[in-house]
Amino acid sequence: MDRKEFFIHHGRQFGTLIGLILLIIILWILTPYFLTVSNMLNIAQQTSINAIIAVGMTFVIITAGIDLSVGSILAFAGVVLASVLRAGMPIPVAILAGLGTGMFCGLVNGVLITMGKLPPFISTLGMMSVARGAALMYSQGRPISGFSPSFRFLASGEIFHIPMPVIIMIVVYLVAHFVLTRTKLGRYTYAIGGNEEAALLSGVNVKFYKAMVYGIGGMLSGLAAVILTARLNSAQPIAGMMYELDAIAATVIGGTSLMGGEGTILGTLIGALIMGVLRNGLNILGVSSFIQQIIIGSVIIIAVLVDMALKKQKT
Amino acid sequence: MTPDIILKMHHITKSFPGVLALDNVQFQLEKGEVHVLLGENGAGKSTLVKILSGAYQKTSGEILLFGKKINIKNPKHAMALGISIIYQELNLVSQLSVGENIFLGREPMKSMGVVDFKKLYGDSQKIIDDLEVRIDTHTIVNNLSIAQQQMVEVAKALSLDAKIIIMDEPTSALTEQEIKELFKTINQLKEKGVSIIYISHRLEEIFEIGDRVTVLRDGKYVGTKNIKDISKPELIQMMVKRELNEQFPKQEIKPGDEVLAVEGLSTSKKLKNISFSLFANEVLGIAGLMGSGRTELARAIFGADKITDGKINIKGKPFKSVSPRHSISAGIGYLTEDRKSQGLILDLSLKENIILPSLNNFSRMGVLQTKSEKNVSEKYIKELRIKTPSINQKVMYLSGGNQQKVVISKWLCANVDILIFDEPTRGIDVGSKVEIYQLMNQLIVEGVGIIMISSELPEILGMSDRILIMREGAISGELKKEEATQEKILQYALGA
Repeated sequence: MDRKEFFIHHGRQFGTLIGLILLIIILWILTPYFLTVSNMLNIAQQTSINAIIAVGMTFVIITAGIDLSVGSILAFAGVVLASVLRAGMPIPVAILAGLGTGMFCGLVNGVLITMGKLPPFISTLGMMSVARGAALMYSQGRPISGFSPSFRFLASGEIFHIPMPVIIMIVVYLVAHFVLTRTKLGRYTYAIGGNEEAALLSGVNVKFYKAMVYGIGGMLSGLAAVILTARLNSAQPIAGMMYELDAIAATVIGGTSLMGGEGTILGTLIGALIMGVLRNGLNILGVSSFIQQIIIGSVIIIAVLVDMALKKQKT
Repeated sequence: MTPDIILKMHHITKSFPGVLALDNVQFQLEKGEVHVLLGENGAGKSTLVKILSGAYQKTSGEILLFGKKINIKNPKHAMALGISIIYQELNLVSQLSVGENIFLGREPMKSMGVVDFKKLYGDSQKIIDDLEVRIDTHTIVNNLSIAQQQMVEVAKALSLDAKIIIMDEPTSALTEQEIKELFKTINQLKEKGVSIIYISHRLEEIFEIGDRVTVLRDGKYVGTKNIKDISKPELIQMMVKRELNEQFPKQEIKPGDEVLAVEGLSTSKKLKNISFSLFANEVLGIAGLMGSGRTELARAIFGADKITDGKINIKGKPFKSVSPRHSISAGIGYLTEDRKSQGLILDLSLKENIILPSLNNFSRMGVLQTKSEKNVSEKYIKELRIKTPSINQKVMYLSGGNQQKVVISKWLCANVDILIFDEPTRGIDVGSKVEIYQLMNQLIVEGVGIIMISSELPEILGMSDRILIMREGAISGELKKEEATQEKILQYALGA
């Protein structure tokens, strides 16, 4: 790919990236503490959970779908994982139980959407309530707490001074980027979102791959549950409320089109970082959380407006 | 006594980007007549009535209504002028009642913005009763038959005091009995002095109900005749008489073995008991009017529509088509009629589109082999002379001809033995057309069997070795290349 093409294909990410850098510079001017290594790592750590969920959301939204159930799935996966740990099972088994619970919920979404022909909005809205209820029922409404230090290492540990959640996030992003750009699954994800009918007539097994995408989304919610549970040393059945909206916001700010067919993992990372930087900076500046909500909401709207304007110009 | 001419259209021209849909067309309508508008697919009938109903604006020309020069701005304006159109796909709000539909947007009001339903249902029932049809105006439109819904449209037109009613293929979804009823209504309308512009392909019908006929061909006016002064063959002559001056570089080659055999194929949608064979090295043309079931046949063979009955053999082996994926691996490819909505994924690059059906061959353990993807795409760009800055260009930025070449590359790359072309040159410039014909030649030389569905008779005659003609979901005729003429094809297509 020559340089000109590179810009054609990645121009959108540059826009978001410039936005992120501007944001960092502004906050740096306003408060010198902002741009320190420890605060940067802090932001990365705070962002990691939303960023990981947003990866699944990016896959789903590229297929022109939506997943409202990720926060509830996180809570359900979290309490399952915690109970397995409390039962004295080895950590890898517990993690698999968490990921498996998430993936199972996601696949149920996928089957309802493909076989049941339900709109993704409805199917995942239902799952949002079902998984939340399941989490509450399973845990009898109480948090499950107290785990071994080696499990908690997954959140509080560091390798070369980099916090574990950040390392996990980076690995997830590298794998997801590879899957989306270099594998059959990734290519089909774009094809289905770009034009489902044409993909079907080109021999793509639309139902299978669509269900897979929701399964991956659920599994990544399970992974986020692992980090959150380790960080809090507790699995809360009411965890993850409104996480779906943060993940959708990060994805959309990152340039993924809700109409499907377009979007990148890199863009979503930048989107998640913009949200994390904004929250962190506003906290340091002592902006009230009420005003923070207004600002973050405005950023989402402005990002999409700018995106639409840029696209219009291009065609 | 000279008849009372209520509508005159002179020198009507309509151009779309790259296409001249109507070229200096004229049309006159008398009071109380049924005037049939006749022509092949794409002859310009729809464009003409859309100009009259305000859906399109004419590029140039003059329209005189009751001797007054008018300029029809939009559908609402047309209705206010007394021109109503009843489309094939009826335009009713199916969840509302008959009465509400008739007065939609013009509801009689009491004070304070409250609808006067008593008056609405009273007035609408009166119109319906005048038409001598039995429909309760409180009925929800959804619960009516197509024929009844048509009557509601007629009633709506009358409530608007329509002087001209345009009917676009009104009988296509009706039973014999319903058609009789419709004709009764049309005769009533005539007695009231309403003029009807009637579009239909069914010649028997035209002779039964029409007073005069105007024939269009390729966007041009051919002539207007009194129905009682003309015969069916003469009409067909008027529809197709054109010089065959386009060049079709058809390669002559002896057909090989049978690659596809279809026996008794039926679908719930449309197809009735279809049987035919396709041989290697052959172009089998499929002609027929729009809606005759040609695309449905392609979709059924390709596994995109469910087959209710019948057998398919591929190279002598029974094949059960359950999804496009299975059909592709059995060696069938399908170039859809609508490239942009079905054939291509516009957001993806040229390379990604070309590889899509054969991704399995370009991946190992799910990981794409980018190097061979690149090589193959570049090969097709060179061989098919696709004009593009690079293999990573999104296909939405390519011209129609180049897009079609990308679709062809898709199927070449998937290595198919049977290729169905549905309207292969629609919306494509003349130069690219010839290139696509040459590609077809190359394919049949290589042993591929081609099914070519086309509405363009010169293309069918120029490129096919054999021609099947479809009519109303069945095959109504087969012609060898040597015996085929436009007139014969049209006779089978129209059932004349």
